[in-house]
Amino acid sequence: MCLAVPVKIISIEGEQAEVDIGGVGRKVSITLTPEARVGDYVLLHTGYAINVLNEEEAQETLNLLERMVEAGESGD
Amino acid sequence: MNDRILLAHGSGSKLSHDLIEKILAPPINNPILSRMDDSAVFELSGKLAFTTDSYVVNPIFFPGGNIGRLAVCGTVNDLSMSGAQPLYLSLALIIEEGLEIEELRKIIESVRQTAEEAGVQIVTGDTKVVNRGKADRLFINTAGIGVIATGLDISGSMAREGDKIILSGGIGEHGMAVMSQREGLQFRLPVVSDCAPLNKLVAEMLAVSNNIHSLRDPTRGGLASTLSEFARQSGVGISIEEDKIPIHDGVRGACELLGLDPLYIANEGKLVAAVAPDDAEKVLSVMRKNMYGGQAATIGEVTGERKGRVVLKTRIGSSRILDMPTGEILPRIC
Amino acid sequence: MRFIDEFRDVGLAQKLAQKITGISHKPARLMEFCGGHTVAIMRNGIRQLLPPNIEMLSGPGCPVCVTANRDIDKSIALASLPDVTITTFGDMLKVPGSYSNLQKARAEGGDIRIVYSTQDALQIARGNPQQSVIFIGIGFETTAPTIAAAVIQAEKENLKNFFVLCQLKMTPPAMKAILDLGEVDLNGIICPGHVSAIIGTRSYEAYARDYGIACVVAGFEPVDILQAIEMLVIQIENKNPQVEIAYTRGVKPEGNPRALELMHSVFDVAGASWRGIGDIPNSGFKLKEKYARFDADEEFEVELPPVKEAPGCRCGEVLRGIIQPPECKLFRKLCLPENPIGPCMVSSEGTCAAYYQYGDLDE
Repeated sequence: MCLAVPVKIISIEGEQAEVDIGGVGRKVSITLTPEARVGDYVLLHTGYAINVLNEEEAQETLNLLERMVEAGESGD
Repeated sequence: MNDRILLAHGSGSKLSHDLIEKILAPPINNPILSRMDDSAVFELSGKLAFTTDSYVVNPIFFPGGNIGRLAVCGTVNDLSMSGAQPLYLSLALIIEEGLEIEELRKIIESVRQTAEEAGVQIVTGDTKVVNRGKADRLFINTAGIGVIATGLDISGSMAREGDKIILSGGIGEHGMAVMSQREGLQFRLPVVSDCAPLNKLVAEMLAVSNNIHSLRDPTRGGLASTLSEFARQSGVGISIEEDKIPIHDGVRGACELLGLDPLYIANEGKLVAAVAPDDAEKVLSVMRKNMYGGQAATIGEVTGERKGRVVLKTRIGSSRILDMPTGEILPRIC
Repeated sequence: MRFIDEFRDVGLAQKLAQKITGISHKPARLMEFCGGHTVAIMRNGIRQLLPPNIEMLSGPGCPVCVTANRDIDKSIALASLPDVTITTFGDMLKVPGSYSNLQKARAEGGDIRIVYSTQDALQIARGNPQQSVIFIGIGFETTAPTIAAAVIQAEKENLKNFFVLCQLKMTPPAMKAILDLGEVDLNGIICPGHVSAIIGTRSYEAYARDYGIACVVAGFEPVDILQAIEMLVIQIENKNPQVEIAYTRGVKPEGNPRALELMHSVFDVAGASWRGIGDIPNSGFKLKEKYARFDADEEFEVELPPVKEAPGCRCGEVLRGIIQPPECKLFRKLCLPENPIGPCMVSSEGTCAAYYQYGDLDE
């Protein structure tokens, strides 16, 4: 219902930020995420960052899934 | 000389002759064109291929090329895809009143460079000028004639069970390069249009194998349309592996951003081939040596099941039908 | 690409699917509310990796599909007014109204332009002062704050020729309407990822508590969706319905307070009519009185033809998860992507379009 893609913030100027995904660049608004900093990854929807992505949560999810599927395999 | 095209340039007046004799003809001149008769006259023998296409790309200049290069490549590639060696092209321009002559010069120079690269000649042409607003700056039509070596019969209907499907490089580059320039969508793309003449690549492929059954350049509608056309024309099934399909990160990034599927995005310098299994490796290695085939890859094969349909094996091991696109490819938000 | 490729890991996806097959025994009818999830499930062929007792249903979560005929007819009527430029997301171009669509209106001379962002619509308004630039404001709570931000920007720049035709919808009231209709006995809902990034997850708690529905907020990559299904199955097997977030990297329980504050400073909650469901009170947004000068409904008077629904079109039932596209007799026969009868076939995220395009192999 709402397509949003993870992009990396390359530079910030006031409420506008330069972002990148796979080398594709565009100027977007960070009005909805004033806490966003250069180097952060944000969820981009229709030209606006709607959330700052949580890198620890992402890593934790992947570790949790890896452990869970390994546990599954060892039949416990 | 005015700096803009006027209606008078298209009226057969002195201005028209100046436009042709000073701007259009000189860069692309050759013995056949220079006779300036009403039609080009030349002799040919053997089986011939003949094709035509019109070009209305907007904007007329885009990263990696312009409408002039596109107009030559499109017809050269269409001839090559039927196994023909392209020889002679026609060039017809429909110019909107007010187009800067400097832009026309750049476009004609690009026509010259591309024709020279492909080794073809523009032997006949026409120029018309229409009122402002009646055309979008410039439309171009090109037609082309080529000779097909005896015994060669390449067609979308000749793919056979067991053939390997080979793609000459990364998909979606032209479509995204043009879309990135569109008003309301601007974004910076780290990749340019792949617009290129493929006749030399095809010649090198034909030199190592005469078991290339089908060839096509996946332009509008992208790779998915071409594969669907092969499956339907040849009455075969085609199975493709998603993770074998070469794609530049920039095209992937732009498609993620706009909610588009790169399999449906236009290419202007790529080809898809159905090749007998024993020749696949040979053809692939010769393609990789050509500047337009560096990323060539075998992406799937022709099968007997699900005739007329294309099945895509996804990265995670499931599979789905890959269908023709329906209507304009539009960026989406949801 | 960071945050995408890791969640498309083949090994992880296949092992997750095997884990689900191992632990899932009870029947599990799961509705993915969001059109984005419908496409991700179809595009990655996820249904084939699931055991037969798990059934996936699509909900009304595609803003294009739920736009009522009357609202489409209004956009088309506005497009035919002199000196009006319509700016819209690409999704809206092909949606059929009672008699036509924006694509045909463009062919008949309407100035209709596709934009990726409201910022582009503002740019077009700045560049064409002699035109009245109307932005078709469709979307849910993810898009609403971006439209609110544009209205505030237009006010700051005192733009006289920028307007919004507000057709925004809210997610929770529609989910509740589906559950209240009771036409589908659901066991679980894959909750929308990016709407939840804005509104958080509190409004889903009522579904777990009062309707006994398992709720998990999911991301959009194959691993994300399979992880969410695995969490739903565990809730269902243990009869322990609750609200959980699988998409923790993108969604916090409290959502995005800044976006919510901006949204509620520009819009009031109002009734909205949903195609296929009907009028739902307090399920949409309307521009506040303070911003009335940007409201296309206030600025432009257009009379509309009587609303006409396409005969035989069962999009309403598809949207409410009661039937699957193949059960509609128009599907694949009269109703085709190149000749869409109902909205679910038009939007690339519509259930029927996703089914037709990425339909399972056994069809």
